Amino acid sequence: MLKVKKLALFGKTKRLEYEFNEFMDRIIEGSLLFEKAFKSYLRDGISDDFNEVVSEISQLESANDDQKKKIETRLYEQTLIPDLRGDVLSLIEGLDGILNIYQANIFRLSIERPDIPAEYHRDFKALAKASTACVDSLIMASRAFFTNIDAVRDHDVKVMFYESEADKISTRLKTAIFASDLPLDHKIHLRYFSDRVEDSSNRAEDVADNLAIYTLKRSI
Amino acid sequence: MDFTVLIFLTSGLFLGWSLGANDAANVFGTAVGTRMVQFTTAAIVGSIFIVLGSVLSGAGAAHTLGKLGSINALAGSFMAALAAATTVYAMTKLELPVSTSQAIVGAIIGWNLFSGSVTDLNALTKILLTWVACPVLAAVIAAPLYLGVEKYLRWAKLHILSRDVYTRIALILAGAFGSYSLGANNIANVMGVFVPASPFTDFTFAGGYTFTGIQQLFLLGALAIAVGVFTYSKRVMLTVGGGLMPLSPIAAWVVVISHSIVLTLFASEGLEHFLASNGLPTIPLVPVSSSQAVVGAVIGIGLLKGGRNVRWRVLGNISMGWVTTPVISAIICFVSLFVLQNVFNQKVYTEVHFTLSSDVMDHLVERSLPVEDLAEMRDEDYRSAREFLAAIGERTYLTGYQQEEILEIAEIADLAITAELVGTLEADWLTQNQITALWRLSGQHFDTKWALAEALEAISEEWRALPRDLKNKTYNKQLEAKLDFVYRTFTVNQ
Repeated sequence: MLKVKKLALFGKTKRLEYEFNEFMDRIIEGSLLFEKAFKSYLRDGISDDFNEVVSEISQLESANDDQKKKIETRLYEQTLIPDLRGDVLSLIEGLDGILNIYQANIFRLSIERPDIPAEYHRDFKALAKASTACVDSLIMASRAFFTNIDAVRDHDVKVMFYESEADKISTRLKTAIFASDLPLDHKIHLRYFSDRVEDSSNRAEDVADNLAIYTLKRSI
Repeated sequence: MDFTVLIFLTSGLFLGWSLGANDAANVFGTAVGTRMVQFTTAAIVGSIFIVLGSVLSGAGAAHTLGKLGSINALAGSFMAALAAATTVYAMTKLELPVSTSQAIVGAIIGWNLFSGSVTDLNALTKILLTWVACPVLAAVIAAPLYLGVEKYLRWAKLHILSRDVYTRIALILAGAFGSYSLGANNIANVMGVFVPASPFTDFTFAGGYTFTGIQQLFLLGALAIAVGVFTYSKRVMLTVGGGLMPLSPIAAWVVVISHSIVLTLFASEGLEHFLASNGLPTIPLVPVSSSQAVVGAVIGIGLLKGGRNVRWRVLGNISMGWVTTPVISAIICFVSLFVLQNVFNQKVYTEVHFTLSSDVMDHLVERSLPVEDLAEMRDEDYRSAREFLAAIGERTYLTGYQQEEILEIAEIADLAITAELVGTLEADWLTQNQITALWRLSGQHFDTKWALAEALEAISEEWRALPRDLKNKTYNKQLEAKLDFVYRTFTVNQ
């Protein structure tokens, strides 16, 4: 009886571990899809490829929302990790926000269809790349928080690095845009999209800051 | 069994209940407080293992407490246990840290003062020293253990969810171990004072296993502890966690394990025998305070982390409790004994008389005790140990050990070896040869314990103590217990 109960306990835990991993896998996937969609938009505008990615990201986002609720319920119902539960739930909430940003940005592109002149494509691509690299590092840091706490710091450093890269690229891009002869409304529209693409790296930085505190708390 | 005996035992049960409510919280407190283990699980596991520990390994530490003062009347045992229980209960209620061990030692000293008995300074020193050694040892065990566990966890890289499950299982196992050692070590606090006046007799199961009177007594006490765990410890458990220092579940585990190791060290007859037979120094078997062990372990971990997290004020309060508890308990015991004796007309102690008869004087000379100046005390009847020692003190100076020896030899006993009583003994704990020796003495009367012991020694070598060294300590202790049993059985007009 006890053995069965113990096995059941391990089984439930393993499933929850798997769900955590799945949740983070989807964010990585979201990063890749966002970059792909953004490049596709720059190249072809609204195309079939782009629309396909829009629907894929939407599915990811809604699957992760469900997953988040399930994880929250399990953690409370089974009173798991009582000492870390609050921190883990905030982390999950923070990570979930990133996928929301990706989805919202893709929708904005689809609805507002900004006209991005070719001379800015390179910087926009670089900005998207730096932002997604920042999110990827955050996911690695988050996974480390669960299994290898010593490695969190290494990944956090990378998050900070890519965030500052994104910041530099965005500043350079916006300076170039406002120095151009484009009409002001066009300039403002492009600045808006530069800011939105950069959003995911800012969000990743905030989550990484909190993660550093959770890590410190865990090691005390 | 006499009904009054049951009434008198109730105070021991009350003390057991207080111990369950207060000390069991030390074992599972952090686990329940951090919500890693449910209270019901903790209470069930705790109760089962406390009962097992008490019955199977409880005898070791009871001996030292018995030596501190042999409360020789049931009403006296009743009051000592009641005084200790009241102290523990009141301090728990006031949310002051308290140790059951200290309360009971205080109560025994209160009885000694009231009855004119002399507190065995060696036993007292031993107990006081272990009170200091216990938290220190717990700290010394906890610090490296914590480092080791931390290192292992970094190496093992477990997912926090798996770690959570392992920690829960480890906390329950450690709690079981802790409860077992708490039962083994602290049952002496609850029922120890009743051992000399125990109303139970041994009985043997069909399979040949003997359930001794002391084990029956301890089982009763352990059940009272279990009731205390179920009815009152939850509140204490929930407050015990964050008192001294915030603890993570893993630190909580280290604390419980260190506490259990320390309690086991101070209660294990097996370990004592192992150390002694390998020529190593032994650890005194003394009931130590589980509260102190926990505090020591927490401080050990706290200091390891630089001591910033430790709430030193709380530690100060706890240390104050260590001093005040025995004092309060002794005062309560003394005053209540007075009331019990003079208002309720109960016999709270049996007078032990001392006299220096010519036999005794000869025996003292044989043992090379300086008795030249004591000649004028010859055949004088002294009605208490205190009176007797005071009379000696006026005439000569004796060291602590010499005082102990003279008290042992000059104590008047009234021992009649009757065939009827010898006939009730069965060869089991006492060997057949030992019983035969008693048969051969039937019809004889002895007025000192040592005279009976010498008579037995002369008849059978199985009544002879082995040379005093560490290896023979356990054997000799057993023999002493058997002699105690014989003295109790054959004392006239108990």
